[in-house]
Formats: sequence, structure tokens, C-alpha cells
Amino acid sequence: MPETTARLAAPTAPAGTRKRGRPVRRSGKTRRLGRGDRITVMIFVLIPSVIVLGLIWLPAIASVFLSFTKWNGVGPLTSDSIVGTLNYENVVTNYPPFWPAMQHNLIWLAVMFLVATPIGMFLAILLDKEIRGTRVYQTALYMPVVLSLALIGFIWQLIFSQQEGLLNYVTGSTIDWFGDQRYNLGAALVATSWRQVGYIMLLYLAGLKAVDPTLREAAAIDGASQPQTFFRIVFPVMRPINIIVLTVTFIESLRAFDLVWIINKGRNGLELISTLVTQNVVGEASRVGFGSALATVMLVISSVFITLQLRVVMKEER
Amino acid sequence: MSDLKPESPARLIPPTPQSSLISTPISRRMLFQGTMSAAALAALAACSSGSSSSATASAGTAASGNVTFGSNQSDAVPKAAYAEIIKSYQAQSKVTVAINTVDHNSFQENINNYLQGSPDDVFSWFAGYRMRFFADQGLVGDVSDVWKNVTGMSDGLKAASTADDSKQYFVPFTTYPWAVFYRPSIFKAKGYTAPKTMDDFYRLAAQIKKDGMVPLAFADKDGWPAMGTFDQLNLRINGYDFHVSLMAGKEAWTDPKVKNVFSAWAKLLEVSQPDSLGRTWQESAQSVQKNEAAMLVQGMFMGQQFTAGPDRDDLDFFAFPEIDSNIGTDAIEAPIDGFMMAKSPKNAAAAKDLLAYLSTAAAQGVSVKADPTVIATNSKADTSGYTALQKKAVEFIAGAKHISQFLDRDTRPDFASTVMIPAIQTFIGNPSDIDSLLKSIESQKKSIFTS
Repeated sequence: MPETTARLAAPTAPAGTRKRGRPVRRSGKTRRLGRGDRITVMIFVLIPSVIVLGLIWLPAIASVFLSFTKWNGVGPLTSDSIVGTLNYENVVTNYPPFWPAMQHNLIWLAVMFLVATPIGMFLAILLDKEIRGTRVYQTALYMPVVLSLALIGFIWQLIFSQQEGLLNYVTGSTIDWFGDQRYNLGAALVATSWRQVGYIMLLYLAGLKAVDPTLREAAAIDGASQPQTFFRIVFPVMRPINIIVLTVTFIESLRAFDLVWIINKGRNGLELISTLVTQNVVGEASRVGFGSALATVMLVISSVFITLQLRVVMKEER
Repeated sequence: MSDLKPESPARLIPPTPQSSLISTPISRRMLFQGTMSAAALAALAACSSGSSSSATASAGTAASGNVTFGSNQSDAVPKAAYAEIIKSYQAQSKVTVAINTVDHNSFQENINNYLQGSPDDVFSWFAGYRMRFFADQGLVGDVSDVWKNVTGMSDGLKAASTADDSKQYFVPFTTYPWAVFYRPSIFKAKGYTAPKTMDDFYRLAAQIKKDGMVPLAFADKDGWPAMGTFDQLNLRINGYDFHVSLMAGKEAWTDPKVKNVFSAWAKLLEVSQPDSLGRTWQESAQSVQKNEAAMLVQGMFMGQQFTAGPDRDDLDFFAFPEIDSNIGTDAIEAPIDGFMMAKSPKNAAAAKDLLAYLSTAAAQGVSVKADPTVIATNSKADTSGYTALQKKAVEFIAGAKHISQFLDRDTRPDFASTVMIPAIQTFIGNPSDIDSLLKSIESQKKSIFTS
């Protein structure tokens, strides 16, 4: 079996060699692929395509369609169910949790991007210095990533609880961290950053370890300071890792859901678009059309960010 | 018949779980009706909801075979009680029952998918609008046959089990009152008396505060417990008829009558436990149990937070105080839990036989013994084993002129969960801005009730 995959890998990766002479290579490729190979390739392409189409694209398109209906999940869809853009009008003008949720999603993204990720990168740089006990720190910082979000919610409950929480016990305050809408978004962000920091740290540390040490040596000989070495040499060299970190940060922020759902089902100051979708579509409410409109809004926002990001990545690669 | 025609457009969009479920019940119903047509072609021609044809199936024949029973009683005590009930049912019939227990909240949240998928023949549900909402959509089975032989159920209970088409879709099992709960030992030691009017209540609250306790425990982390307080205030200020009509979407939330309720609530919040949005109902019950708070507006299920024996015996309740003497206190809230039947049960005769058994005093007696925070709905139930609290609950409910269910059982589920929960939580967070809140509720109500 490994041999087959190895053999397949050669003809299916013509991208790098394409520049040399397209027509020649193409005819060469068809000749080299046997009948069995071609079937195998087709199967390998077809199965993921069907899965992606059936499990991602069709539901996405269907929910866009459903967002123009007032379907409640019961019975068939008829032409009477179609209500045009009414759901969108209601989402924007007649659904108080919507704008707070938008705001919270953006705050979430900003905090992940400007606070959690830089801290993770910074910790990785520190740990890369081979300080004593680096393994212990690595393990400690990476630990939250291994834990399920349900467990993280529970752990932070022990810290943030108003009555028995560690934080109030130590500081003597009586703030209801998860219940008071002035504080609970901040508290949830601390908990989620705690996890994000460890994740980014590990990714970045792996990248740092892969940087050719002679580059630093050369920089040191040329008299570059530590920050200069990092920002002028190491950081640009690590572009592939930087892009992965960026992507991970975007994805983790846009799909934020689990933690706030565990805390209070995404209500009372912790509204996120994802929790509003769930509240409307799942459960007895079953406002499928309305919930789909919310989901479509989220899809559009995600697409905007992802398109922007892809453009940056593509441009840099050229 | 009209609902069969547009079946194909729905099938065109298979991917969401909801839509993929549509095809199943319809095709199964058609299959079911197809089988029936062999016996009676008329049944097919009439194309009735399937329940009428299953009614013929059950007539006369003694029930036997297998029946599935979907229970939402996932806690250990009621679960064991249900097992015992089913055991005694099986001992006196030829039917074998398979119990599927599902976590209480998941059961409620998945009810739509559950009913459109392959629901158990008999399953737990609630009376009132919450029952009618599903009955009106044709998602549950008609159990009017069962009601013909039911004894010991009041007319009020029958009305609570009847949908808009005047057929019954529900069999009541247990009930419990919402009221103001307190510890008699504390009241006795401090010389407090149960307040009759709101003025008495505030005088008492001031005294309790002076004595270093929180007058009224309060919790709304989960979004629903505070609905109970709204109901009590609305029943006292505007009366039962207005409450029901408001819940049915027939009154404007911007009506000054509703504003009065929220203004009264804002005043009540001053003597209520603060930070309620971070507190679960269990925690608020525990603050009464630990004598940190003196009173609590909640359902009798709060007794579950007390240990059986002297601790739970030291729990009593009084009716929510009178606010308007013209309205009085004869309307109370007592949600009814019970059972419904699937739209097309695999074994209709056995399902109805089981439902008939569940309506009896004997079956309910087992449950109320295991869980002394509920009482039987059947008036013939043996009350000699009741605790003092249960006995009081029986009297309290019997003495009421009107009984409401609960906000989320008396109105559309989508309105209760996506409008009222956030609205009430917003109000608790900022009790001063009532006008704009009510305006927002009213405009959302319009969009939901007209859809």
C-alpha cells in the first residue's frame, strides 16, 4: 500500500515542474498514468469532492436558501414559506441580541489577534532561549490545549465563581465574574486566551526550532541586537509559520462557541453569532428560517475575513 | 391532504438535519395509511391524520405486544420511580414496555427532531400551550379514546389536555405549585407571619433585611426561573384572563398594564438577591436551605435541594401576596407534567393502554411517593402517605379558581426562548429602562406570532 501512494505522488504533483514546458509535460503525464492509476486517482479525487460538496457546500447553500423562508422545521416547505429578506430585516432591526453579538465577535477576534497570539509568540521566543526547565514550562503552557473546553469552563468556574471562586477569595472582591454582563466577556476571553496562548506557543516554538542557527550566528557576528535579530531575520524567515498562526487565530476566533455555551448558553453579555444561531435553530424554538439568516450573516463575515487572508497569503507566495 | 402535495420541494434540500427528517414521517404515514386502506379504503380517501384510523385499530382489542416509552426523567429518584411504575404495569397487562430515558434538557431541546423522527410510542411532555403547539402541527397522536375511560381527572385537567380541535392529546400525570417558599422555623423564631398583601410583604422584607437576611432569593442564570416571578406579578396585577391572552400574543406588550408588572418587579428586585444572572435555581434554593435568604418564588421542585427528613419538613409556602384586591389571589401557577402519544405509534393499542394506566391513581401514587415535591393529578390518588407539603399543595391547587402553566408552557416556545429569556435578563440587568424593552418585545412578538 505505501508503494502505491508513493508512485501516485509523483504524477499528481506536477505543479512545481509545470513551468518547464506545459504541452510536453501534459502529454507525458497521460501516457505515464495506467488505467488502474487513473481510476485510483479518480476515486481519490471523487470521494473528498463528494464529501466536501455534500457535507459543506450543500448545507451552506441550503441554509442560505432557508434564510429566505419562515420554515419552522416542521412539515414541508411551500411557496408560502418564502418571506424574502424579512428574516434579515428582523435580525438587524428587531432582534436585540444581534448587535451585541456582532460586537462580541469582533472583540473576540481583536483580543485573540492582539493579545493571545502575541503572548503565545512571545512565550515561544522565551522558551526557545533554552532557559532552565524549558520542558516544564512548555508542558505547563501547552496543558490547556489538551483539555476539552468543557473542562476549561469548569476549571475557570472554580476561579471565577462569585461565592467559592479563587479569584474573589484572594482579592476579597464580590464581583460575579461570569454573571455580570460588565465582566463576563472579559472573563470568558481570559479563559479562552489561556488555551490559545499555549496553542500558538507550541506552533511557534516548533517554527523557531527549525530556523537555521547559522542565520542568528551571522547576525550576532554582524553586531545585531537580540530584538534586531528577531524582527529583521528570524521573523521574516518564519513566514510559513506566521501564516499558519494567523490562520489558526482567525479560525479559532470565528468559531468561538463552546466556552460561552458552557458558561451560560451565550446569553446575558456573552452573545456570539454562533450561540444565537444555535438558540434559534436547535431546541424547541425551531426558528429555522430566522436562525439560518443569522448563520448566513456569520458565513458572510467569515468569508470576508477568509478572503482577505487568502489574498494576503497568495500575494506573498507569488 | 394539502400537506402532502409540496413534499417534493422540501426533499430538494436534503442537507440540514431538519429537512432530511421531513421525508421520513410523511412517507411512513403514507405507508401506514396504505396498510390501513387494505382494511378500509375510506380511511385513505379521507386522508385524516392517521389517528382516527389507529383508533379503529385499538377498539375492542386487548392490548399486547411491545411499546416504547420515552422518559425525560433522567434524575436517579424519578427514574427509579418510573421503572417501578412500568414494572407494576407489566405485571397486570400483556404489554412489554421498553423505557428510553433521555436527559431532561436534551429531551426538551430536541423535541422537534424527536417528533419528526421516530418518537417513542408514549413520551413525557407538558400540558397547556406547549402541548397544543405540537398537536396543532399534527406531530402527536390523538388520545381522546383514552380519555373516555379516564376517571378521577377534573374538567380543568381535561381542558389542559385538549387542543384547539377539541380532541385530547395529553394525559396528566403529576403537578406542583409555584408559590413563595420559606422555612417555617425561621418565621416562627423571628415572629414573621406569611404576608397576605404586597404591603405586608414589603414590611416583612424590611424586617428581614434588618435581621441580616436576604428577603427574597432570586436566580435567573438559566433564563427561565425568573419567568415564574413575571407570571405571579402578572396574575396578581392583571388577572388570569389578561395573562392568558398576553401569552397567546393577543395583547400588546406595550400596554400600560404590562408596564405596571415590570415596574412592580423593579421594586421587587430591590429586596431580591442581587447578581441573579450568575445564579442557578439550585443555588437560590440552597440559599433558603442555608437560611441566607428568607423566601423564594419557585416551583415546589425546589424541595429537591433539601435533604429528606427534618430539613425538607421545614419547608412551607404561601400564595404570592395580593396586589389588587379586585383581582385577589385565586389564580395560581401549577404546571402539569404528563404524557403524549406519537402520531403514528408502532403499537397504538398498547400505547393507549399504557396511557390509560398512567392516568390512574395507582401509577401516580408510585411517583409522588418517590418524589415528594410533586403531587398526583388524579383526585383518587391516595394522599395518606403525602408529606405536609404535598398535602398543602393539594389544597392550594384545589382552592384555585384559575391555574396557569408557566410562561414557557403558556406561549409559543420560540417566543419564550428567543424573545422572553433575553428580554427578562436585560430587564434584570437594567430595571430602569422598561419602555424601550417592552417596545422591543412587542415588535418581536409581532414578527413571531404572525409568521
